Amino acid sequence: MSVLSILGVISSAIFSGASLLYATLGEILDERAGVVDLGLEGVMLVSAATGFGVTVRTGNPYLGVLAAMLAGGLMNLLFAYLVVARRANQLASGLALMFFGFGMSALIGRPYVGSRINGLPRYSLPGLSDLPPLISSQFRFDLLIYLALPTAILIAWLLFRTRWGLGLRAVGENPNAAFAAGRDPRWIRYQALFLGGALAGLGAAHLSIAWTMTWGEYMTAGRGFIAVALVIFSKWHPLRAVAGALLFGGAVAFQLLLQASGIPISPFLLDTIPYVLTLLVLIAWGGTRKHAAPASLGRVYLGAEQ
Amino acid sequence: MTDKPSPRLLLKLDPLVAALRYLTIFLVAFALFGLILWLAGKDPLQAIRDTFSSTLGTGYGLSEVVVKMIPLLFTAVAVALPSRVGLINVGGEGQLYMGAWLATWAALTFAALPPWALLPLMAAMGMVGGALWAFIPAFLRARGLVNETITTLLMNYVAPSIVTFFIYGPWRSPLNALYPQTIDFVPAARLPAFFGTRLHLGLILALLFLLLYWLVMKYTRWGLEMRAIGGNPQAARRNGLPLTTYVIAILCLGGALAGLAGMSEVSGIHGRLRPGFSPGFGYMGFLISWLSGGGPLGILIMSFLAAVISTGGDILQIKQGLPFAVVNILLAISLFVILARPSLLTKGKQA
Amino acid sequence: MSLPEPPPSHPGPTPLISMREMRKVFPGVVANDGVDLDVFPGEIHALLGENGAGKSTLMKMLYGFYRPDAGRITLNGRPLTIRSPHDARAAGIGMLFQDFTLIPAFTVAENIALFLPRLPAVVDLKAVRRRIEQLSARYSLKVEPGAAVSQLSIGEQQKVEILKLLLSDARLLILDEPTRVLAPHEVESLMQVLQSLRQDGYAIVLITHKLREVLDCADRITVLRSGRVAGALLRAEANEDKLLGLMFEKALSAVQAVEKAEALAQVPALELRGVWTRAEGAGTSLKDLHLSIYPGEIVGVAGVSGNGQKELGELILGVVAPERGSKLLFGEDATRESVRATRKRGVRFIPENPLLMACVPFMTVLENMALTRADRYARSGGLRLDWPAVREDFAQSSRALGYSLPMFAPAKSLSGGNLQRMVILREMMGGPRLILASYLTRGLDVQSTIAARQALLQARQGGSGVLLISEDLEELFALSDRLVVLYEGRIAGPFKPSETDVYRVGRLMTGSESTDVAHDG
Repeated sequence: MSVLSILGVISSAIFSGASLLYATLGEILDERAGVVDLGLEGVMLVSAATGFGVTVRTGNPYLGVLAAMLAGGLMNLLFAYLVVARRANQLASGLALMFFGFGMSALIGRPYVGSRINGLPRYSLPGLSDLPPLISSQFRFDLLIYLALPTAILIAWLLFRTRWGLGLRAVGENPNAAFAAGRDPRWIRYQALFLGGALAGLGAAHLSIAWTMTWGEYMTAGRGFIAVALVIFSKWHPLRAVAGALLFGGAVAFQLLLQASGIPISPFLLDTIPYVLTLLVLIAWGGTRKHAAPASLGRVYLGAEQ
Repeated sequence: MTDKPSPRLLLKLDPLVAALRYLTIFLVAFALFGLILWLAGKDPLQAIRDTFSSTLGTGYGLSEVVVKMIPLLFTAVAVALPSRVGLINVGGEGQLYMGAWLATWAALTFAALPPWALLPLMAAMGMVGGALWAFIPAFLRARGLVNETITTLLMNYVAPSIVTFFIYGPWRSPLNALYPQTIDFVPAARLPAFFGTRLHLGLILALLFLLLYWLVMKYTRWGLEMRAIGGNPQAARRNGLPLTTYVIAILCLGGALAGLAGMSEVSGIHGRLRPGFSPGFGYMGFLISWLSGGGPLGILIMSFLAAVISTGGDILQIKQGLPFAVVNILLAISLFVILARPSLLTKGKQA
Repeated sequence: MSLPEPPPSHPGPTPLISMREMRKVFPGVVANDGVDLDVFPGEIHALLGENGAGKSTLMKMLYGFYRPDAGRITLNGRPLTIRSPHDARAAGIGMLFQDFTLIPAFTVAENIALFLPRLPAVVDLKAVRRRIEQLSARYSLKVEPGAAVSQLSIGEQQKVEILKLLLSDARLLILDEPTRVLAPHEVESLMQVLQSLRQDGYAIVLITHKLREVLDCADRITVLRSGRVAGALLRAEANEDKLLGLMFEKALSAVQAVEKAEALAQVPALELRGVWTRAEGAGTSLKDLHLSIYPGEIVGVAGVSGNGQKELGELILGVVAPERGSKLLFGEDATRESVRATRKRGVRFIPENPLLMACVPFMTVLENMALTRADRYARSGGLRLDWPAVREDFAQSSRALGYSLPMFAPAKSLSGGNLQRMVILREMMGGPRLILASYLTRGLDVQSTIAARQALLQARQGGSGVLLISEDLEELFALSDRLVVLYEGRIAGPFKPSETDVYRVGRLMTGSESTDVAHDG
């Protein structure tokens, strides 16, 4: 394996990790407010299809990204209505959202299968343009990648340094305490879910508009679930999620590299690497992290008058 | 079962009222789905007409619907049974593939056996395959490490790849280089069909297991204990019920049933193992179980409905150029409606 | 019922808060019916009554948790509408609940910041910490602002709750049974805090059912009974008998005082030898436990919730196995046995929250009965259940205990008292040899409490060994033959109730006295 291919893996890891990171940040917001969103996969699919479609129609990838974020937020609002207003089971509602996303994304994306777009423009890291073009060409990233880390920092700041974040975390730990403190747990959950969906949509937009620049059914291939596992891995902290996303992005990139390098392992078996890795992460950290999870995660909030 | 009528039975509502309520739910769902289709520029009314004529219009059409029902019955019970103890099994798809895989191995390895030996062997292998695939999530859940919802989901992404690997690799048929698949099964490995249709013995098997499911839950001690575990696991543990045993056994049993679905498909319908032979039977089973509340009669009816809808999806694909996946929209909307109004269900689902 | 005179210390006739004709109805029960109440600044007003008298409901209406069905509230003479805790807090009303509304994962400062009325959008925790330190110095409410609440003792957590209220500019503090979880000397400490607040003109409403506290510190007393005001008096006019007479309509039939039997030299029903367990997460590990319970005696376990009671119960029942040491049941080693095997030996469990811990809510009473002894009722290897046999056992046990419960009602439709009765019925069926009763009477009404205690005594008469875990020192002293104290996973004792007093036990309960006392002999 040459230096070039290693650099290629790193570059791929960053591309792959960026969309994972956004999705994970979105899920962190959801779960910090006490809601498990298993439907992220469906949300991402719908966002990817919507964003891609808008980009094809308007020729403007930035509009596409915005459309994807909006679509993601709306999908999650649907989910929020079920789990907050109707007090439905979060796991089942999430899965219903996932199926809805499977279908809606196929419907929305149908006219655009096989379409080509130009995607987002890519810029070199400042300072790298001095390096030989073969190397520096590996490190040309689009706007969304550059914004990924700042977004993670922003989310961390929001959660831990602002009144809004304090209230959100309180709702995730103990909605009754938050209510007693004058917060409205329902309204806060709606906000968290909308933002979470928008972030997931951003991740999906990066996938379809900036990286692959295509649309295909089920193209997110389980990233929504990997994000849920990454939330546990990163102990519900946005900054640790960066490390996790890079790790997984690296795994996906590594797998692609192996396939391309002609090593005699069946590509089908290699395909399973990200999921096996996710399972291992869950096994290693799932049990021990339980006490780090927001205390009211997954529980239905019944309101003050019971 | 208590032989005096209990308030709980009365709570079960008049069957007519319940049926009426379900009808309303599906009408709402259909209306919304039709609206979405219309907005997408398609003709929902035509789709409904086509669906009805292909399914209920002819005898053969009806038999095709029942053919689709067979794997759905299996996968629905594969979800419903674990749900009684509070487990959410979304892994029907993966368990189905692994059941098909192991059954195929049996079909290919023991091709010399007579049908009355080979078929039961394949069925057993199908169950083992599915059960083994469910064992890992079951074990993790029993240890309190990871929720089975996400592990079974993730394993759905691994199983088809393993199966495809075998199809492209060791089991590849030398003929038919264009569409990779295994060599054909010997006749002894095929579930017999009847009435000149594609209806096969798997139907009898599926109905049998559905009946067993009903009997066990209603009359046996295990049914009582399972309902207790599903109703209040903490109390069940303190009352001495062996939670770990039940969690592992029941989730594996669910996996086994999904595995049987896989076996029944490759043996009864295809006669070989093909990549991607399941259009989402496992996921549909999940939706069926949740939409019907998990009771045996509900599963029967809902599976039939789902099979009709699935046929409708095929038609939409052929005649109106829509991807098959859009049927998920209809089923998901139905589930949304049910989740939004829990008072309409006769038995609350625990999770 | 006319209201009493305002306290002599008060300058004028205008109360801080005035409630008139308050009414609140829940499905099946009238919680408050035409209740009047005045609270003046600079007074401690005790709201006295038995469980279910309506004290909490009344105050929750004042705090905005419930909307009154009828009634008016005024603040300094002006009408006040309270639609939510937000309105109440804006009016300067603060409430301290029995279950603290604290977030264990947050620090003290974060918890208080959450409740501050004028928190800036970007939170300055340093400023919050400074304010905490100021107030805690003034009213002896010392806590470490940077500590996570999960690390604090209950008494300290309560102080954080009070700080929360003060920093939210509350002028009226409502304390709902604050001393339930405190040991005697912690209670004194709280009373000091209340007195210093009262000095500064705060108004305090103390919801309680403990007469001693009321007589020690209240300025005025309002007694509620069955949702109505039974009487209101000044401290000077009150004494125990008068208050009791207002609280209860008729004299209670006291628990039959049974002669405390001397433990015969027999094989202990339960023996723990040098048992150590490892705790998970926020639990308490048990350390070097030595304990014996003989047939025919009640051993009481005193201690503040959270010191290992849950772990002790799980250990004895067999849910958890010890890391070290051994557990013997009736002389045989049962250290690693499952719950099922333990129950087979005749060990039974009555938990404090029956709906949560012992029953399946949607199943009928009869089905819940069959659950624990399915072995006995299973026929044809488990394919059928012998329901007539279940009914027979149920009827027999009901007769023995004098209970009458509806067989076919779903468990969740029963009241708390009836649920506890159902669990007692089930666990007593077939004559248990060892009963583990955990917070047996918590949250129960008077009649059910008496019934439950009676059942325990009956079991003891019948030769069962009983382990009674409780926070209620009165109950423990009344029922136990021997008493031990559980603190941070260690046991002190045993003592004979007649040879010790609540203060000693209280000090052991809170670690003020070391638990390195002699092991159980």
